Amino acid sequence: MTTPAMPFRGSYTSREQVAVYEFKWLAVILIPLVVIFIQAFLPTKIRWLPIIDLPMMVVIFFAVARRNPISGCMTGAIIGLLQDTLGGPAHPIGMYGITDTIIGYMASSLGVKIDIENPGSRFLIIYGFFVIHQALYYGVGHGLLRQALQWSWSHVAISALANAVVGVFVFSLLDRFKQR
Amino acid sequence: MDTILGRYKNLIVLAAILFAQIIALAMQVRRPTAEGETRLIRLWATAAVTPFEKAVVHSQKWVHDTWDGYIYLRHVDQENQQLRAEIDRMKLEQARLREDATMARRIQTLLAFKEQYIDSTVAAQVIGTSGSEQSRVLYIDKGSKDGIKPDMAVITPTGIVGKIVQVFPGSSQVLPINDQLSGVGAALKASRLQGILKGAANGTTTLQYIMSDEPVKLGEEVVTSGGDRIFPKGFPVGTVASVEPGKDLFLNIRVIPSARLDRLEEVLVVTKIQEKLPDAKDLGPIRASDILSERLPGVPVTQTVDAAGNAAGTASGAANPAQSNIPGGAATAKPGTATTRNPSNSGAAGTTRPTAAASPGASRPIPAPATKPANGSTNAAPKPNPGTGTVTGATTAKPVRKLPATLPPDTDQTPPAPPPKEGETPPQ
Repeated sequence: MTTPAMPFRGSYTSREQVAVYEFKWLAVILIPLVVIFIQAFLPTKIRWLPIIDLPMMVVIFFAVARRNPISGCMTGAIIGLLQDTLGGPAHPIGMYGITDTIIGYMASSLGVKIDIENPGSRFLIIYGFFVIHQALYYGVGHGLLRQALQWSWSHVAISALANAVVGVFVFSLLDRFKQR
Repeated sequence: MDTILGRYKNLIVLAAILFAQIIALAMQVRRPTAEGETRLIRLWATAAVTPFEKAVVHSQKWVHDTWDGYIYLRHVDQENQQLRAEIDRMKLEQARLREDATMARRIQTLLAFKEQYIDSTVAAQVIGTSGSEQSRVLYIDKGSKDGIKPDMAVITPTGIVGKIVQVFPGSSQVLPINDQLSGVGAALKASRLQGILKGAANGTTTLQYIMSDEPVKLGEEVVTSGGDRIFPKGFPVGTVASVEPGKDLFLNIRVIPSARLDRLEEVLVVTKIQEKLPDAKDLGPIRASDILSERLPGVPVTQTVDAAGNAAGTASGAANPAQSNIPGGAATAKPGTATTRNPSNSGAAGTTRPTAAASPGASRPIPAPATKPANGSTNAAPKPNPGTGTVTGATTAKPVRKLPATLPPDTDQTPPAPPPKEGETPPQ
């Protein structure tokens, strides 16, 4: 089912109308759960995998596909809180929740304005949102909770690059669940 | 009013969701969960995720075991032969270590040291992680149903892993030693300097609170000190990788963990640690004077030279030939050790047992004096008793206990006992 959105004032896309996608409810429930499972399980086999933030990618994907800020907020909050529950004692529930809520809101707001269908723009948007995500997480942990988090620009830049590359493939995989 | 709400609906929803989460965050910080308590949302999430993780891990293990155990048997015979050779070599090693253990038990009994024994363990498989760089917790497939409780130690044969922080019915959360919240009582194996091993946000581990003027060598082993009451004393922790001056007069010692924390598959959870005194049944009775002699202040050993130029170490002032006349044993021990502490009792505790402790091999018979006792420093020459391996001193004429009279094949440098000279009265 496709819901054509009205042309948004100030939109930077060349299209007359920005397509809004919907998903089956089963996909909406299962995709975040599967991603959380993969994020928790695979690092036992692949040690560098925690630098890839699959739940954040899913939040961005749903947000830009639906192009609805409220929906983006809710999706981000739920996926972020799910991710929080698997954290340890250094990780109070809500850190990823707050971060992903803001990312979901920003991604859906941006999705209304620009077309994010091609791999190049996806690469850039994931790169940018990953850096914002890390900055927000650092802000919440350091600013609200006084945690001794370390910020390294080089680490963030490399991680963002890795996330952007993986994210392009993940997005193309998730495109199969879109319904026009 | 409706227009404003409608116009800023998105922002209001965003603010409301964020506000609710910040309040929840603040509540967690203000009221952290009590020891062993688990938040309901974590319980639900773990209950939802861990069954799938368990299923994947166990299926993978089954396939792996089937392949290795029934199909891929190449080089098994060769490996079997190598293992048999290894067993033979280790049997020899075990025989040597048994002697050392006997000596150690004897000394520990004297000093009333309590040993910590791992009484029971539960093998568990690592089934998951937090999936985040900031939190390095692990999940294992054993929980409260298997007797797991918070603060139990998690180890591997190569080194310690961490401790249990949260327990669910079918799984548990492990805080590894490289997590930024972790702290382990550790000591440098050679120098016995004690500090705290702490993890960092980037996954490194550092040994802290070692003074900067202490000598620390690269590659030195780090073991548990037992001070945290979680890990038994003496377990391998890691090796020193770098030593740098830190802040506040302390060294910043980076330690590489012995256990491969990034590639863990199976771990052991220590479910019961028992503290007990070493079994002294086979070591003979302990007398009050034995224990007392260990606790009395020491008397430094001085070298006395007799007319023939033979040197003999004796306790100053107090004449006790037993100390000076046991080569490789009491005479070579440092002042202040059990050997030289109390001359009056040295025949009992200061002579017989510390000799066994200081000399290589507890079961060796203690030989006769290698040097002639200095005149005036003794009132009687020690009487060797090759049959029992005990030496009777002047002031402590009674033999304390029998030591095994067996002599290991690597017996060295101990000359045979000379017969007492004329004019010297052997003690009774």
